[in-house]
Amino acid sequence: MAILYIVLPLAIVLAAIGLAGFFWAVHRGQYDDLDTPSVRMLFDDEE
Amino acid sequence: MIQPATHTSASGVVATVTCSHCGLPVPKGLITPKPGDQFCCAGCRAAHDLIHGCGLDTYYHLRETGRADAPRADQEPVGYDAYDDEAFARRYVTRHDEAAASIDLTLEGVHCAACVWLIEKLPRLVPGVLDARLSLREGRVRVTWDPSCVKLSAIARTLATLGYRPHPGRDLTKRQIARREERQQLIRIGVAGALAGNVMLLAFALYAGMFSGIEREYAQLFRWVSMGLGVLSLAWPGRVFFRGAWVALRTRSPHLDLPIALALGVGGVAGVLNVVLGRGEIYFDSLCVLVFLLLVGRFIQFRQQRKADAAVDLLMSLTPTTCRRVTGGTIEQVPIDAVEAGDLLEVHPNELMPADGEVVSGSAWVVASLITGESQPVPVAVGDSVCGGSQLKGSSIRIQVTAVGASSRVGRLMAQVSECLAEKPAMVGVTDRIAGWFVVVVSALALVVFSAWSLVGIGPAVDHTVALLIVACPCALGLATPLTFAVAIGRSARRDTLIKSGAAMDRLAQPGRLLLDKTGTLTRGQMQVDHWRGDETLQPLLPVIQQQAGHPIARAVVQAYGHIELPADQRARVGPVTVSARGVSAPTHRGTLAVGSVRYIQEQRARVPARFWGWADHLAQRAFTPVLVAEDGVVVAVFGVGDTVYSDAEAALDQLGRWGWRVEMLTGDCSAVAEHVADQIGLPKQAVNAEVSPEQKLAAAKRRVDDRPVVMVGDGVNDAAALAAADVGIAVSGGAEASLAAADIYLGRPGLATLVEVIATARQTRRTIRRNLAVSLGYNALAVSLAAAGLINPLVAAVLMPLSSVTVLALAMSGQAKAVRLVDGPDPRSEPSDTDRG
Repeated sequence: MAILYIVLPLAIVLAAIGLAGFFWAVHRGQYDDLDTPSVRMLFDDEE
Repeated sequence: MIQPATHTSASGVVATVTCSHCGLPVPKGLITPKPGDQFCCAGCRAAHDLIHGCGLDTYYHLRETGRADAPRADQEPVGYDAYDDEAFARRYVTRHDEAAASIDLTLEGVHCAACVWLIEKLPRLVPGVLDARLSLREGRVRVTWDPSCVKLSAIARTLATLGYRPHPGRDLTKRQIARREERQQLIRIGVAGALAGNVMLLAFALYAGMFSGIEREYAQLFRWVSMGLGVLSLAWPGRVFFRGAWVALRTRSPHLDLPIALALGVGGVAGVLNVVLGRGEIYFDSLCVLVFLLLVGRFIQFRQQRKADAAVDLLMSLTPTTCRRVTGGTIEQVPIDAVEAGDLLEVHPNELMPADGEVVSGSAWVVASLITGESQPVPVAVGDSVCGGSQLKGSSIRIQVTAVGASSRVGRLMAQVSECLAEKPAMVGVTDRIAGWFVVVVSALALVVFSAWSLVGIGPAVDHTVALLIVACPCALGLATPLTFAVAIGRSARRDTLIKSGAAMDRLAQPGRLLLDKTGTLTRGQMQVDHWRGDETLQPLLPVIQQQAGHPIARAVVQAYGHIELPADQRARVGPVTVSARGVSAPTHRGTLAVGSVRYIQEQRARVPARFWGWADHLAQRAFTPVLVAEDGVVVAVFGVGDTVYSDAEAALDQLGRWGWRVEMLTGDCSAVAEHVADQIGLPKQAVNAEVSPEQKLAAAKRRVDDRPVVMVGDGVNDAAALAAADVGIAVSGGAEASLAAADIYLGRPGLATLVEVIATARQTRRTIRRNLAVSLGYNALAVSLAAAGLINPLVAAVLMPLSSVTVLALAMSGQAKAVRLVDGPDPRSEPSDTDRG
């Protein structure tokens, strides 16, 4: 089970990468407006 | 007895033909015989032409699927010249480069997907606009445009033509602070969630080890990693609870953060010690989940409150920010801030006076109901002084400004409002009050358990005490209470009631003293025709001959009977109208009609049958202005014009009385009118306070007879200070900006049914919270007794805690307010709107 010494830190690193992505999205303002995008995707593209 | 009049119901309009743009019924006179589009007003026609001309008809299809009506289009979009001002640009516009600038505009009437679609097509509607992004939640659009191609005022006018009247956003810093706070909360939730998930995975391994055995080497690995992640969770996202507890300790006010911080702190320290020493249990999984769940609950409440705040901000930005200044021979739009004493201003009908001043030309009527509470329009002529904030009726006048800002009457009242708001103590929520003795009880229990187990040994004593302190954490309570408030606030918002804080709502659950303003709160605050006696066949004729008179009474008549169709041949026979100050007369197919005050009819030497005298007297006693209608020199009808009481007021007050509220009326109006209104709504004479100044209202709101809450309901600037000083201030629809800023709750629909509704919701919410409390305390009691008996281990804690949270959450979501409706509550749509859209 010595593999745990590699897998465990790896799992934490993966979680940290996910969190970093989340931070980036929050700071870009992607969570500021949660209502409009849900209706915007209903419109057909033009041209 | 005077009969209730039969008039002004929306159903009087023939509803078969609806406007192609806004979906409202088209008045009969405007229906064109040609097939095709029909419009209810020129504004809707213009909006439809604009949309159709740009090939954006999809809007109407989108709207049908969304089942929402378009906002009614603005007839003549005026008053946007100031948008091109240098001063305006400096304040609101962000300049990116030579060919691009952007501005955030708050829009009225944004509510559905079709609105998003249409507004984001702005670049096609107005060449020169580069981009438009709408936020549906805040009703705010960010417009980017090329200033060399198109003026901002043109963009604003287009938006107004479509029915989305734009307003420059106010208080940008406040919004930025709120946005930053929201982002920080999201980040904390994200971190807490990620850590909780990972610590739980590690805990699974440890729990599996409890049953099937685990090598000590790997158990220690898992424990060390759990500790690292757990401490990170407590120190980063969990820091808010420690900070809250520290503030509560310093200010010596109870707060729910105290027991939470106690559990987190004890659990964290004991866990670290146990890991380092390689002995005992660790609870990092429970602690991390605790932090995560509590943060989620708080975030949801924060978002709901922010939504209410944003809606209030929008309402506040509706008040005009510009006025017309006359310099030399020209009139220019200037921001109200730029007006100085001595300036000459032009004010148009239905506008608010931008400042205190003296009339220098023209004569008209002013309604000062928002400032003084007086419902009757007052005539003003050259030399009379007018008060800033009162509404002009009739015709345009010019005023010389005598006082602005802090030195004006409104300014002095506003200074009082901010004083009262600053003095108002922070409200202690219901859970915070419980948290106070919760900490005491839990600490006492911990002491008892520790001393009892220390007879067995110091090791088990520490372990069991730590377990007790952790499982006693009121997690379910801390999660369910904000959610219960958030649900209640969200549901109220759907009924146009904006609640700024859960604590304010909680105060309403306990009955106390309810102070009601009269004009605009109990009454409609507008002149209305009522109590018609005599020949009703004359009703359709009146609007035709009253149309040219600017008097508020004439306007009320047009509003009341304007929808009744007059056959074209009869209309054609209405001769030239003679307008005088007290009445009008005109030849018609029935003979010469004279309509006016008693004095006017006497001047016309018309004969008044005795019964009409009686009715006129009766009306005058009831604070209505009697208006007589004479046909060929004989009076044939009489009606009253005045401020009418909401039809649901009596039922509403009755219900409030049954709940134990003591209702009082405070009004700046004279006592005859006040007592008459009190009579109609069944309020005893001793509960009526008439001719009350704003200072006296403030004193009444500050006076505490007992420890029960004082609730003030009002709409005017004269109520604002009292709204701020009362335990709970409730502003009603159509109110002044000042009352909005001062109040905790805003009722967006006219009538008193909404007041009953919000109090019913508050009562229901408190019941739900009490039940949450009972259930979560039950869980805590069970957990504490298990801990005292030494039966708690991390696995039991990890199961028990989410179980209690889920139970309480389910209760919080399911047991929410069933809407309380009064039997004869008015349909808000049939109430006349207080903005004149022609």
